[in-house]
Amino acid sequence: MADSSREKPLGARIDIRRVRGTDMPGIVALDQQVTGQAKPDYWQDIFQRYATRRVDQRFFMVAEAPGSGALLGFIVGEVRGWEFGSEPCGWIFAFSVDPAAREQGIGEQLFQAISAAFRKTGVKTMRTMVPRQNQLHMAFFRSEGMVAGPYIQLEKDLVD
Amino acid sequence: MQQSSRLAIFALIELASDPERQVSVSEIGEKFRVSAHHLAKVMNTLGRAGLVQSSRGVGGGYSFTGNARRTTLLDVIKLFENTTGDCKLADPSVATDTEWALFDVMCEIDDIAKATLGAITISTMLRQIERRRKAREAAEPSQTAGAPEKASPSIRPL
Repeated sequence: MADSSREKPLGARIDIRRVRGTDMPGIVALDQQVTGQAKPDYWQDIFQRYATRRVDQRFFMVAEAPGSGALLGFIVGEVRGWEFGSEPCGWIFAFSVDPAAREQGIGEQLFQAISAAFRKTGVKTMRTMVPRQNQLHMAFFRSEGMVAGPYIQLEKDLVD
Repeated sequence: MQQSSRLAIFALIELASDPERQVSVSEIGEKFRVSAHHLAKVMNTLGRAGLVQSSRGVGGGYSFTGNARRTTLLDVIKLFENTTGDCKLADPSVATDTEWALFDVMCEIDDIAKATLGAITISTMLRQIERRRKAREAAEPSQTAGAPEKASPSIRPL
């Protein structure tokens, strides 16, 4: 008998769940692999703030492989409100998928999971910020229907 | 964006919406209200780039042969125009601070435009069109499926 699970893309079979403390070494490693920078203290702080407090409006989710439970990706966001007059909206501020497991629908599953979580809180919009040079993330968020919003990010160089 | 680039994008979206279908130049031209002559030149360029292929004979026409998930709007535009846009100085060696300041602003705009066009694939456009179609049908429930595409007054026209 054919293994029907093999016929589905990996993204259709993964489990999306809230992060656990035991996931953190894998998250630090995945982030380091993708960004080239190790930030264990930052991620421990994010875990404390987004996995243990106000979890009805903060979502730190991971994707794990069926069977092995290996970490395949994560997404982090929260409901933010009234920044510069903005109505409360969902904010995604961290997102990563294991490079070896990309193009299998994992990112889409994570995106859909956090979209559903935001929707349940009652917000009607979700936002994120992407470096212009990061074509991978830009193209992904575009493909999920995200478009330029009503705010423009500005910055100033503080070094003379 | 130049007319050739717009036509190329329209044609690619039309063909990529059903890669198995052969579509004639006149059919595409009629849909987007452009001359078949102008469109034929555009299709030749797309063919040379490997994005479409033509077949002759009854039922012949063009079909999409590119990768819709990889081909961005910027990739298509670059086939038809120089994308350096307004972000250029006639002669940097003699440019004043005023000219450099305007150059900085134009480059800022150009960078954002390129980042946007470089992130939107043909596949993303097809999804965007589908969302727009659903929004239009929800706004006009009496309109039957398959009716000619028409922008609702409440939906921003393309």
